[in-house]
Amino acid sequence: MATMAATIDHAHAHVDDRSFLRKYIFSTDHKIIGIQFLMLSLLFLLIGGLLAMMMRWELGFPTQPMPGGTLLPETMAPGGILLPEFYNSLVTMHGTFMVFFAIMPLLVGVFANYLIPLKLGAPDMAFPRLNMASFWIAVPAGVLMLAGFFVEGGAAGAGWTSYAPLSANAEYSGVSLGQELWCLSLVVLGLSSILGATNYITTVINMRAPGMTWFRMPLSIWSLFITAILTLLAIPILSGAAIMLLFDQTIGTTFFLPAEGGQPLLWQHLFWFFGHPEVYILILPAMGMVSDIIANGARKPIFGYHSMVYAIIGIGFLGWIVWGHHMFQSGMNPTLGTTFMISTMLIAVPSAIKTFNWLGTLWRGNIRLHVPMLHACAFVAMFVIGGLSGVYMASTPVDIYIHDTYFIVAHLHYVLFGGSLFALFGAITFWYPKMFGRMMNPLLGKAHFWLTFLFYNLTFFPMHELGLQGHMRRIYDPTQYAFLQHLQPLNEFITLSAFLLFAVQLIFAVNFIMSWWNGKKASPNPWEDTGLEWSTPSPPPHGNWPETPTVHHAPYEFSSPLVQEDYLMQNRKVEGAPAAAASRTE
Amino acid sequence: MNWLLPGGVSTFAGDIDRLYYVILGITGAAFVIVEVALIWFLIKYRARPGRKAYYTHGSVKAEVIWTTVPAVVVVMIGILSGGVWNQIRGRDSVPPGALPLAVHAKQFEWLVTYPGPDGQLGTDDDFERRNDLRLPVDTPMVIALTSEDVIHSFFIPEFRVKQDVVPGMTIRAWFEATATGEYSLACAELCGNGHTTMGGTVTVLSLDEYTQWLADPSRTVASR
Amino acid sequence: MGQASVAGVVNFQGTAPANPTIDMAKEPTCRDKYSSAPRDPQVLVTDGKLANVFVYVKSGLPAGAKYAAPATPVELDQEGCLYRPRVFGVMVSQTVAIKNSDALMHNIKAVPHENRGFNISQPTAGMTTTRTFNTREIMVPFECNVHGWMRAYAGVLDHPFFATSAQNGTFTIPRMPAGTYELEAWHEKFGTRSATVTVPDTGTVRVEFRFSASTS
Repeated sequence: MATMAATIDHAHAHVDDRSFLRKYIFSTDHKIIGIQFLMLSLLFLLIGGLLAMMMRWELGFPTQPMPGGTLLPETMAPGGILLPEFYNSLVTMHGTFMVFFAIMPLLVGVFANYLIPLKLGAPDMAFPRLNMASFWIAVPAGVLMLAGFFVEGGAAGAGWTSYAPLSANAEYSGVSLGQELWCLSLVVLGLSSILGATNYITTVINMRAPGMTWFRMPLSIWSLFITAILTLLAIPILSGAAIMLLFDQTIGTTFFLPAEGGQPLLWQHLFWFFGHPEVYILILPAMGMVSDIIANGARKPIFGYHSMVYAIIGIGFLGWIVWGHHMFQSGMNPTLGTTFMISTMLIAVPSAIKTFNWLGTLWRGNIRLHVPMLHACAFVAMFVIGGLSGVYMASTPVDIYIHDTYFIVAHLHYVLFGGSLFALFGAITFWYPKMFGRMMNPLLGKAHFWLTFLFYNLTFFPMHELGLQGHMRRIYDPTQYAFLQHLQPLNEFITLSAFLLFAVQLIFAVNFIMSWWNGKKASPNPWEDTGLEWSTPSPPPHGNWPETPTVHHAPYEFSSPLVQEDYLMQNRKVEGAPAAAASRTE
Repeated sequence: MNWLLPGGVSTFAGDIDRLYYVILGITGAAFVIVEVALIWFLIKYRARPGRKAYYTHGSVKAEVIWTTVPAVVVVMIGILSGGVWNQIRGRDSVPPGALPLAVHAKQFEWLVTYPGPDGQLGTDDDFERRNDLRLPVDTPMVIALTSEDVIHSFFIPEFRVKQDVVPGMTIRAWFEATATGEYSLACAELCGNGHTTMGGTVTVLSLDEYTQWLADPSRTVASR
Repeated sequence: MGQASVAGVVNFQGTAPANPTIDMAKEPTCRDKYSSAPRDPQVLVTDGKLANVFVYVKSGLPAGAKYAAPATPVELDQEGCLYRPRVFGVMVSQTVAIKNSDALMHNIKAVPHENRGFNISQPTAGMTTTRTFNTREIMVPFECNVHGWMRAYAGVLDHPFFATSAQNGTFTIPRMPAGTYELEAWHEKFGTRSATVTVPDTGTVRVEFRFSASTS
């Protein structure tokens, strides 16, 4: 793999005596593992995107032969026409790959791994070998999931939520092995996540450098820490549910099959009891990293740091009692609907606190609009839309109408793409110099940002309108319905925008790969940031620092009057600085 | 194309739509405030050489304001929503005297059981129609929803009705149509490879026409 | 393969039950192909002869005899929202070509006991999908879940000695080798009937099956 080779060349600068295999393949170094996760999850991001393109073709041009579709086997697209069962697999696997194999590992696998030790002043993770295992368990999980496309009956096709009984009995879906692989893969991936989470939690609690008190931790670390706790508690529920589903499919249990006394709603309760914390697993780290980047871009301490921490904790807690809002129309007792509506409405509050604090951070700043900052601001702008559109479906009566329509699709993409993915583009650009020792090209970065921002909105904003006209999710051919036929031009427009959105990601790919070779060499602290990771060379050597750093300041001491420069690194000792004052706010 | 919600033709469509527009107003205002502030700050406070940002760690007052205001607003939306929800789905929400119909969902058809001339379900004169739901205008209807196989979702966009149909459960949904005409019935929950075809028509008749049709379904089959 | 054949007729006694009408009102594409209200052709009796009876050699073939499956596929058409043919035979590993002649979506679900089932769909007219079965099975039912009335039945055999009775109740199993065989006739509503025949080296052996309205 060419991309791998480039990393390798780079890291050769440092002298250590580990063999090639131990250094780059079966490495226990958190930085290498983070980069391995980066490669793996970017690959799955690409696959997930490709699947989405095929879906969009079908929705824009229903039952028309897809260009290049004849390359697909007859079981997927005879004569290039995508089959409904293949479309269902696309829907399912796009969601599954994006959630479990792209966004989640990009946020957690990559950045929890890379940032936690570096930002806390630790030489590595608490359990480096567990960490290595976590990556090498994720790989077969991905292979198992991907294998679904190559088995008889095709890949899982009951949606990424795999509602039973459709998912529990192959007779209903025509998918047998594919659905079993889906369950198995998630169980395996769950093991990887649990190992990772255990590691992150232990490291944050035990491995902080001297002076790195809880309230001197950057918000990225706070959010990754809370995320790890959510992961550790939520993933076993998914694993348990997936094993039950697997048993229903294979050995004749009937947990979710009503004919023999099972209860289909049980699956939904289990899935969403995991699934809603999962939603916050997919956004909290993004919020944390965006906070880091916004403080850096604004050259100001984070406005209301403590509120931000409490908001993260609040979201982490409330995230457990809102799962029922996915089930307002499910046949669950309607009285519960009101309960879940209230808790769901409440979770808007910490999100609002965070948004206003980001604005407060920008207020009277000295804002540098570098590429990571552009992405971070886009995160705020898009997350606001995704957050506010959430209020519509939280309102139980409005949800009756928009539930299971494209309004939901728009909402979740505003949070996961507009939110998480923009944050990730920003974070990758921001920490790229630390990871690879070179800067990404800012011109390409800006071109990628603006084009992505444009086509992203052209793709997903109109989906709100589709939803308001009643356009259901996950339908193969909208033209089958009289009331949706007038929306077809809009569907075509969305499809073309989506193709362009996908195409401009090439700029990012080129920038990402080319910068390895010819990017500008990065100094230890190219963004003039305050975090500990910028006090060691780019990339950092094995062990991160020759000597453990000592922390003297709060995380975001930008424009501090104590120093000449507009940033005061956490480990820079300043004569006469009040030792504790900096860690207090207000 | 009408960019707003399509016209609602059930008694509670108005309430749902009103709630939607209230939320649209509130979130629209929040949206404008945040985005304008964001863009304004980005322009106004862009980096200028030789200047330092204003060094502050925040303000308790500001935190209190932007914690309580959103909290009050969402609780208000919650209270408004709870009232409407109760009307539609509350324990005693089904109007007394609502006419019964049974809809059985199966991959990938809606089988509607009509009570026949006697108006009672479960008697010999019941008859069944496929993907063909007919009902009288201005009359509350209560539909017993059952499923043969997987979860389907009973969705009539113009009525603002959506209710999942779960195998092993009988779920009652009610509504009252306010205008005659032909509307769409759709399945809103992914139910298998024929999901996209699982639609039907909803025909709202005058009460007289409906009664006539119950008495002799064959006669009016062709006329509509 | 032999040079003799077994030919015969399937008789039906009594009054055939009326076939149910099909509620095709909401499928104009199919309904328009019929001049009168279409009925589900479960029982087809013409002048006392029963069609759509699957007749096959149940036992008596030499043990271990192997018969190659023909290269030509068996075609199962979907037209006017009905399967055509409704009852047919196919050899193990012989291709069944399932064709959609309707300008709408059909889904095809086969729910066998012995073979591997499938559940696929054909969204457009002219689409053809091929499938094979691996094991002998009487009968493999086909259904369409978009049009709940649609049914077809395939007899899957490891030899070529089978036939389906025609509109006039007749059937012919050609190229039979000499020997004594147990024949079975299968009908979707009336169950099975058996007969034993002894087939000479050449010529035609006549056999008759009798179904009646009373047994079902």
